[in-house]
Amino acid sequence: MANLKELAARGDKFTGGHRACAGCGATIVARQALLAAGDKPVVTTCATGCLEVVSTIFPYTAWDVPFIHSAFENSAATISGVEAAYQSLKRQGTVTEDIRFMAFGGDGGTYDIGLQALSGAMERGHNMLYICYDNQAYMNTGIQRSSATPKGSSTTTSPNGKKIPGKVQFRKNLTEIMAAHGIPYVAQSVVGNWSDFTKKVEKALAKGGPAFIAILQPCRLGWGYPPELTAELGRLAVETNFWPLYEVEDGQYKLNHTPKERQPIDEWMFQQERFRHLKRPEHQAIIAQIQQDIDARWEQLNKKCSL
Amino acid sequence: MQKIILAKTGNEAMALAMKQVNPDVVAAYPITPATEIVQIFSQYVADGEVKTEFVAVESEHSAMSACIGSAAAGARTMTGTSSQGLALMYEMIYIAAGLRLPIVMADVNRALSAPINIHCDHSDTMGCRDAGWIHIFSENAQEAYDSMIQAVRIAEHQDVRLPVMVTTDGFIISHGMERIDTLPDADVQSFIGKYDPMMHLLDVKKPFTVGAINLTDYYFEHRRAMVDAQNNALKVIKEVGQEFGKKFDTNYGLIEKYQLDDAEVAIVALGSTCGTSKVVIDKLRQQGVKAGLLKVRVFRPFPTEEIARALENIRTVAVLDRSDSVGGFGGPVFTEIRSALYGSAKKPQISGVVYGLGGREIDMEQIEGLFMDLKAGKVKADAVSYLGVRE
Amino acid sequence: MSELKKYKELALGGNIEKGGTAVDFKTGDWRSSRPIYHPENCIQCLFCWVYCPDSAVILKDGKVTGFNLDHCKGCGICAHECPGKKKVKAITMEEEVK
Ligand SMILES: Cc1ncc(C[n+]2csc(CCOP(=O)(O)OP(=O)(O)O)c2C)c(N)n1
Ligand code: SF4
Ligand code: SF4
Ligand code: SF4
Ligand SMILES: [Mg+2]
Repeated sequence: MANLKELAARGDKFTGGHRACAGCGATIVARQALLAAGDKPVVTTCATGCLEVVSTIFPYTAWDVPFIHSAFENSAATISGVEAAYQSLKRQGTVTEDIRFMAFGGDGGTYDIGLQALSGAMERGHNMLYICYDNQAYMNTGIQRSSATPKGSSTTTSPNGKKIPGKVQFRKNLTEIMAAHGIPYVAQSVVGNWSDFTKKVEKALAKGGPAFIAILQPCRLGWGYPPELTAELGRLAVETNFWPLYEVEDGQYKLNHTPKERQPIDEWMFQQERFRHLKRPEHQAIIAQIQQDIDARWEQLNKKCSL
Repeated sequence: MQKIILAKTGNEAMALAMKQVNPDVVAAYPITPATEIVQIFSQYVADGEVKTEFVAVESEHSAMSACIGSAAAGARTMTGTSSQGLALMYEMIYIAAGLRLPIVMADVNRALSAPINIHCDHSDTMGCRDAGWIHIFSENAQEAYDSMIQAVRIAEHQDVRLPVMVTTDGFIISHGMERIDTLPDADVQSFIGKYDPMMHLLDVKKPFTVGAINLTDYYFEHRRAMVDAQNNALKVIKEVGQEFGKKFDTNYGLIEKYQLDDAEVAIVALGSTCGTSKVVIDKLRQQGVKAGLLKVRVFRPFPTEEIARALENIRTVAVLDRSDSVGGFGGPVFTEIRSALYGSAKKPQISGVVYGLGGREIDMEQIEGLFMDLKAGKVKADAVSYLGVRE
Repeated sequence: MSELKKYKELALGGNIEKGGTAVDFKTGDWRSSRPIYHPENCIQCLFCWVYCPDSAVILKDGKVTGFNLDHCKGCGICAHECPGKKKVKAITMEEEVK
């Protein structure tokens, strides 16, 4: 894996001057992913959402690699078309370079509206890496719930109200759904652990074939925290086991990090506005349920990793 | 020039044209009555008869999305669909045109649900008539074949750079067997020439951004440029159609006039109905009725001036629409034609006739009846009626 | 962008013809606080550089030298992530005086 000196020597392919909020984690994802792709040429796409909107306001683009955006639910389908063109033109000898393909999508564009296109592209086996930057809500349209939004979170379409205290459902486990596709590489990473993410992007691109990485991305606006905490809150999510770092390589599960001491989930939750209403004593049961769910999922994952 | 005569259905003819174009990428999804196009093409791929990378996508939305990615990556790209499939693509149809990607699509016209119906009408393609695509209708399988080949040249022309859909009438043309003249592969290849994609995503040394967001400062300018491209297409379609004629004997234009110049009563139609109408006109002419037809081959760009010139001296005209603009004043062809004539000094009496929805048959008797009613002044001008529905 | 272009002057399809043009857009005036670099406490770990969402940490020959204040939005991630020397940070945030 490239160390920071080597990454720095490569130079940025995702530039400053974009319009993301100060402290935005999504742009950290794009920047680090392109650094990790290294000097090999890469063609990219991104679903409609914060990352795409803030980075391509005409005539300014933060992408210093070939980039295409077409719509919200079709990042995987769009890149599969680009990759098909590459396969065809390479076979015919009109393109000679060795090119990699990378698609980005938010949790809305991936867990929800783009799930079908993603599943289709993965099943077809395109040579592509799909990176879901998961900030756990539709941020670009003003913080609406998605199927990645954690239980209890207050969003503008699962608001904390007099009767209902935020989102009722637990989040969908998309990483496991992708693992069930039996593709060569699936992983979870987090903003706040650059080396874990860099390693995974490098591995995914080197493996060839379809690959999927879900990276948890703290969003200071939607989560409600001071901007300097973006990386730290990512790491803390890992330390609570809410967001384990693991990978599934050719069907083999591997845990990449086990917290020395698992932190209670409220340590993480109560640093964020979106969970603040759950501090009230009458909601203790919800916190307990959330904790239980995390512990159960962690146990399941550990079983898979020890097989 | 040597032609090969074959018996082909419309779908087979379109699939054959696609094979001879030999695109770099096809991304498509099956739907009745266009399914065969996708199936036949898959077989060409399986048999190694084309160099195409075929992407068997999981939906039409993804089909057009993949076509967009592929075309932006510099590949000659084609697809085919119909009805609900086109409707599912709707979002991406606009994007393909807005990004100025020269994708060529075969669309087999079929009614839109509900109620679900698999038969012909033009509601599907008319639904996206304002998206920026070029729309070419076919009277028969021969025209569908010829137009698919011409479409590649039109779409890729430097002054146009817009996607093109070539349509056939579902079942009537798509499944009807016809005798068609086909061209040798080499002639098709030399006619379409090599594709110059200009900027493309695989040119990794020259990174650029496709599909950027425009705020209020640039969106209007980018849409305005499409209007010029559509206007340029009026000329380009004619040039390509004439060159086709020079090389392969059949000329193509934007419209076709059949017994129109001296006609007293005329109808305007698109697609297969034109063929039926021609037979009726031949019969009526023998009886001394000055009947004529204006066939609109190209609906987008709309040949406003040519149509006005062709119709302004005719006494009575009925415009046939195989789709309706529900809640509007007549079908889309009627609306456009009436508007095209607004500036003419002399204008025909004009009425709109919506017919054939959901594959409802239109026969020679009905068309003859319509002509006779027009002649007798029994069709109310500036009104819309429904032909062939139980009222 | 000084002058807005007319429609005929634009690239086909709304393409932005060059990569990375966002560097010409200044976001520095969004800042309410700015990072101050204290080289004496810097161990050149590059954490500030790798986590900056705005590519605003300037490196020369692979070493941190300061910040691109045209782009820096003052989020404070660099300062927060900075380990510094003996627990003394090499980056601190100061309120922006306008
Ligand atoms: C078909 C369609 N439906 C809805 C929208 C509106 N929309 C744009 S972005 C977005 C949410 C994006 O959420 P996510 O994918 O999580 O990305 P984020 O903004 O959080 O980065 C929505 C709902 C759209 N552009 N297209
Ligand atoms: S809302 Fe969140 S994800 Fe969107 S730009 Fe702001 S910080 Fe980034
Ligand atoms: S304050 Fe934020 S934007 Fe500015 S240099 Fe530090 S990390 Fe980058
Ligand atoms: S994080 Fe701090 S110590 Fe590390 S390089 Fe940056 S300024 Fe120096
Ligand atoms: Mg999101």
